[in-house]
Amino acid sequence: MEHIISVTVENKFGVLSRVAGLFSGRGFNIESLSVAPTLDPSMSQMTIVTSGDERIIEQIVKQLNKLIDVIKVVDLNETEFVSRETAIIKVHTKDADRAEALRIVDIFRANVIDSTPSTYTIEVSGDPKKIEAIINLLQPLGIKDLVRTGRVAVAREPIRQAVTQTKKVARE
Amino acid sequence: MKLSGAEIFIECLKREGVKTVFALPGGVVLKIFDMLHQQKDLEVILTRHEQGAGHMAEGYAKATGKAGVCLVTSGPGMTNVITALADAYMDSVPVVCFSGQVPTHLIGNDAFQEADNVGLSRPCTKYNFLVKDVNDLAATIKEAFYIATTGRPGPVLVDIPKDVSQNMAEFAYPNSVSIRGYNPTYDGNKWQIKQAADAIAKAKKPILYVGGGVVFSGASQELLELAEMTQIPVDMTLMGLGVFPGEHQLSLGMLGMHGTYQANMAMHYSDLVIAVGARFDDRVTGKVSEFCPHAKVIHIDIDPTSIRKNIHVDVPIVGDCKTVLRELNQILRATVNGDQKDLRKPWWDQIHQWRQAHPLTYQQEKDGPIKPQHVVKRLYELTRDRDPIVSTDVGQHQMWAAQYFKLAQPNRWLTSGGLGTMGFGFPAAMGAQAAFRDRLVLCIAGDGSVQMNMQEMATAVVSKLPVKIIILNNGFHGMVRQWQDLFYNGRYASSDLGTTPDFVKLAEAYGAVGLRANKVAMLDEVLKQALATEGPVIVDVPTYPYENCYPMIPAGGCNHEMILEDPPELKKKQSGAQKVTPEDKDTVLTA
Ligand SMILES: Cc1cc2nc3c(=O)[nH]c(=O)nc-3n(C[C@H](O)[C@H](O)[C@H](O)COP(=O)(O)OP(=O)(O)OC[C@H]3O[C@@H](n4cnc5c(N)ncnc54)[C@H](O)[C@@H]3O)c2cc1C
Ligand SMILES: Cc1ncc(C[n+]2csc(CCOP(=O)(O)OP(=O)(O)O)c2C)c(N)n1
Ligand SMILES: [Mg+2]
Repeated sequence: MEHIISVTVENKFGVLSRVAGLFSGRGFNIESLSVAPTLDPSMSQMTIVTSGDERIIEQIVKQLNKLIDVIKVVDLNETEFVSRETAIIKVHTKDADRAEALRIVDIFRANVIDSTPSTYTIEVSGDPKKIEAIINLLQPLGIKDLVRTGRVAVAREPIRQAVTQTKKVARE
Repeated sequence: MKLSGAEIFIECLKREGVKTVFALPGGVVLKIFDMLHQQKDLEVILTRHEQGAGHMAEGYAKATGKAGVCLVTSGPGMTNVITALADAYMDSVPVVCFSGQVPTHLIGNDAFQEADNVGLSRPCTKYNFLVKDVNDLAATIKEAFYIATTGRPGPVLVDIPKDVSQNMAEFAYPNSVSIRGYNPTYDGNKWQIKQAADAIAKAKKPILYVGGGVVFSGASQELLELAEMTQIPVDMTLMGLGVFPGEHQLSLGMLGMHGTYQANMAMHYSDLVIAVGARFDDRVTGKVSEFCPHAKVIHIDIDPTSIRKNIHVDVPIVGDCKTVLRELNQILRATVNGDQKDLRKPWWDQIHQWRQAHPLTYQQEKDGPIKPQHVVKRLYELTRDRDPIVSTDVGQHQMWAAQYFKLAQPNRWLTSGGLGTMGFGFPAAMGAQAAFRDRLVLCIAGDGSVQMNMQEMATAVVSKLPVKIIILNNGFHGMVRQWQDLFYNGRYASSDLGTTPDFVKLAEAYGAVGLRANKVAMLDEVLKQALATEGPVIVDVPTYPYENCYPMIPAGGCNHEMILEDPPELKKKQSGAQKVTPEDKDTVLTA
């Protein structure tokens, strides 16, 4: 099953490779990983989308916690969360297609962030299904370039508190 | 006052209580060696290969319980020590390794003897550091020792660029360390410990399965109290040997692939497994789906990842063995009632039956070839009252040592379990000897393994480390040959070593003493002579080449289905077999 794991790490040289190395070395799946500094510049926030059965996810969470540069691990699937992904899509637009492209942009509340006589560059945010959907619609026009950020996610507030696993308390 | 990085390094080591550094120099660490040369507090043991330095640090750590320290140069120095780091990582040995690095301004430029030391060692260290500024050096070294020796111990690398060892900084050694992402749990959850005590009180056929974690934790006394109070039998892993007295009536010996019959049967048929500092390795579980089918499992381990990694656990307790066992004993002392001996009688009757049915055994004929088990047994009997430290290499001889050398105390047993590193034994023994100059240190070696770090004999002679190596010389990679006999139809692909070198002459070439025992009748005499010799000794004991190690659970097999002796076809084949040269081997043995 797919899990989104939110990992707070030291904002230090080499931390990304420790996390990535853990996943590759132990044969855990990584579907996407995004990382950026938090409000506190000494920490970074990673959002990792992974998958596995219960035992594997338990190992992933424990192994992440075991990394010395990891400060906090939250398996967001244990709570309610909201997640977003952004895609930037460059589409070819022949004259006849330009109106159609804008219509699609409109439907998905996407934005055109750059345009030339023969292309539009479109930015869209949402859950992965929405991104898939707009890609499907734009594909017939001819997609020239596509980049996706991978998902970021955060627990919903205050419906239920996330079950966090901080390292200060015994986890069992 | 300002000190150079090299001087800071030395001051830090002194404050960590380090006495010995196993080291081999090179360009980028010359400043450090130069400063080491001008002081008297730290002893530098110059090894002949960096792998040797790494294993010596491991042997030192296992025997003392303190961090072992090694120092290597950049590039090839670093790549050579990797095997030892990987070994220490698998077996949770506290080692702090210092490596030299090219000057900071050259890092990443493919400079001479540059390697990405941090990248190379990342998957085989608990943590690693690249020190980019001499002002960070002292705090980094403090953290390195802290991480290596706390929680689940392990190796830590500190990579020091040449300019960092030369630059000057004000020296201040921090008193304490606080790392926000690293807070090992020592105290077990009280409620879970109570659950464990309840389960123990209810169990009819409980078994203690104890491992290396008990050594690191220093919890032997607590374990002994628990076992004696409750009369629960004790199975030890390969890494746990010595944490419980091997001759104690509650000890069933080692369990697992080459464990004793009673240890494995008791595990399989138990109704409660109490795992203490052991990690359910596949050499112990065998086929996971059929592992201990009737048992509830209590698992005490300081590392949460060890729990439920391989096996379902009913009562998980994250914590230090010593702390948790103390608390558990306290509860049990108040609740255990009635005579435990009576209560456990049916279980022990069953175990005694198993023990009698298939004890460890071998056949030694008076004039026949020397059996390897016999050598270990005699060595044990001749040295037991000297409380020796025993190291092994990897292979059949390692398993026979585990079966027949019964240790009474922890920190006496140096072996490579997780990585199974041939060549570990001799340097590890030297590391222990460097820590305890007056103790008897034995290395039970294989003729294959010992050649992997033979060069360290020069170190042993020069640095006066009087290790006694006993080579069980079967002319084979015996463990490989055993698998080939059992599972590859006796085709000895690359397992025959021939009879070279002459280990007696080899010892002599290094300036050590070489002895040989060819006949059963002279074995004791030769062993005694070796034990009475002052310096390092090699005792070469040619043994029966086709002896196999039993019991054996084939990889992936079930614990109660052990092979107990050579299958009949194999016996027939071997009865006519002489040790043969590679050319005619196939014809003789498959005939
Ligand atoms: C040829 C060969 C054959 C082998 N055959 C066998 C065999 O028959 N039987 C066998 O048992 N092994 C055998 N092994 C060894 C095997 O591969 C494993 O290394 C061994 O079983 C692991 O031992 P352990 O479970 O005690 O774990 P260790 O590797 O010693 O791990 C210790 C555990 O304790 C925990 N721990 C550490 N410190 C503490 C603390 N303070 N408090 C609580 N917990 C702590 C750690 O987190 C870890 O989980 C063999 C190896 C070789 C090379
Ligand atoms: C570095 C390394 N290479 C290969 C192996 C695989 N291996 C395991 S046991 C063994 C044979 C060991 O032979 P020897 O040291 O003579 O011991 P014996 O089994 O004969 O007692 C080999 C090659 C290993 N464990 N380590
Ligand atoms: Mg051999």
